Amino acid sequence: MDNTQQASARKVDGAAGEGHRAVTGVESAISVRDFNLWYGDFQALKRINLEIPKNRATAFIGPSGCGKSTLLRTFNRMCDFVESVRTEGTIEFDGKDIFKMDANELRVYVGMVFQHPNPFPMSIRENILYGPKRIGKLSKSEADEIVERCLKRAALWEEVKDKLDHSGLGLSGGQQQRLCIARALATDPSVLLMDEPTSALDPISTGMVEELMQELSVDHTVVVVTHNMQQAARVADKTAFYYLGELVEAGPTKELFASPKEQLTHDYLTGRFS
Amino acid sequence: MANRDLTAHVKRIGSQDKIATGILTAIVGVVMVLVVAIIAYILIRGGMRALTPGFLTNTPTDSVLPGIVYQLWDSFYLLLVTLVISVPISLGAAIFLVEYAPDNWITSAASTAIETLSSLPSIVVGMFGSLFFVVTLGWGISIIAGACALTMFNIPILVRTIQQALEDVPRSQRDAALAMGLTRWETTLNVLLPAAMPAIVTGIVISAGRVFGEAAALIFTAGSAPARLNFANPFNFMSPTCPFNIFRPACSLAVYIWRLTSEPTEGSAEIVWGTATVLIVCVLLFNLLARVLGKFLARRLTAE
Repeated sequence: MDNTQQASARKVDGAAGEGHRAVTGVESAISVRDFNLWYGDFQALKRINLEIPKNRATAFIGPSGCGKSTLLRTFNRMCDFVESVRTEGTIEFDGKDIFKMDANELRVYVGMVFQHPNPFPMSIRENILYGPKRIGKLSKSEADEIVERCLKRAALWEEVKDKLDHSGLGLSGGQQQRLCIARALATDPSVLLMDEPTSALDPISTGMVEELMQELSVDHTVVVVTHNMQQAARVADKTAFYYLGELVEAGPTKELFASPKEQLTHDYLTGRFS
Repeated sequence: MANRDLTAHVKRIGSQDKIATGILTAIVGVVMVLVVAIIAYILIRGGMRALTPGFLTNTPTDSVLPGIVYQLWDSFYLLLVTLVISVPISLGAAIFLVEYAPDNWITSAASTAIETLSSLPSIVVGMFGSLFFVVTLGWGISIIAGACALTMFNIPILVRTIQQALEDVPRSQRDAALAMGLTRWETTLNVLLPAAMPAIVTGIVISAGRVFGEAAALIFTAGSAPARLNFANPFNFMSPTCPFNIFRPACSLAVYIWRLTSEPTEGSAEIVWGTATVLIVCVLLFNLLARVLGKFLARRLTAE
């Protein structure tokens, strides 16, 4: 309750930057160092250096094709599935080089939510338990506890508690997206990557997911790619702006929006180009 | 100025559209009339006999009313054995081609081979089956040899439908699975197959309709003389009269039609039409079943 009120209070004057938490002097969840990425001959990311603060919300903004989604997808090595991809430089998660980790293990710690809600073709309960069940055997009471906790955390419990055995595909788009968030939370990840999680949702569902991002970033590192600058201003503590594969500027959201250091950032924020 | 040109233009494309609609409707009409006419003709010629009590349950040698109980049983049993062999193979091949196969010349050669298999004349498949399964493997004229020949037909159709069904699973579903660290096998088994299941089941049932009516490939492999079956003692598997024995010869409905037509006897024409009616009704029922099952599974998949 308290959390929700705080979140909505923050949303109202979000653009003004009230309620943003400090991002400097905070431990890093992910460190990107001199990172380059090519698709074949095309260089999609150029010498990226960036710290993602732990237990904060970080937004990636920039025009289409600027590389923000590519970088996000690199964080849990989804880029591995693209043929002809080549990387250089390091990305560290909790001090470990992600390219030296087992990709499947990494993805247990680094969860992901996509643009289009994509529940598995199973019941709501099975959707949530799928991840935890893979890691270890669960008793009935443990399973019930996980389902309830994750659905509550994703603000979906009240709506679905009486139909947990119904198919996840029968829910509305906004509910499906929250189910995907609950599913991602079920393996207890420390980082949640969100790739334009609200761009396929209606305004009310968008509001709910934005609130969730803020609430979750209390004890999770949230990284969100968004096309919507207001969304970045509302939910993110830190914002990074990309253009043509380069990281132009990154800093506390409040500072970046109020007084961008680069002319390019200023032009993008004021709508000179998009 | 623009307005004047536009009226003429709108008129022209309007009439073009009407003409195209008319032609396409006519073509579809002709096809529909053809199908309905063929089915109606067969049903009218054979309907009476097919509905006569005893036709479905009497033996072909019955002195009062020769029936088709052995052929009916053999058709379904051949179909069952064929599906038991061809479904797992096709599933495996389709999954490999869609999910695992690297994009190289071996894969494309495999795809081409499967497609070529589907265009082989059925009599040639029958000849091959006769030489390989019946003679070389020494199975003799038998249900298993017939089912293997039918499998060669069924595999290309099934692989194609299952491949299509798997490819139609939205990209986002795959992403969800991969982002959770699922292996390819887990993704296939728990996400892709359930999502593709309605289309896969529909494809299997439709292919079953085709297999059910196949004749040429069976003549040299499963035989054309109906075995005398003993339904009273069905579990003596080694006996040539055991209905479940897969090493006995069998005669399907379609092969029976061919046999009676090429060696007509007194009153056999009536039996042929009756058998044809039963065959066509079965195939229609398969198609209906495919639709109903597909819809049912799709609804269950997304049920609230």
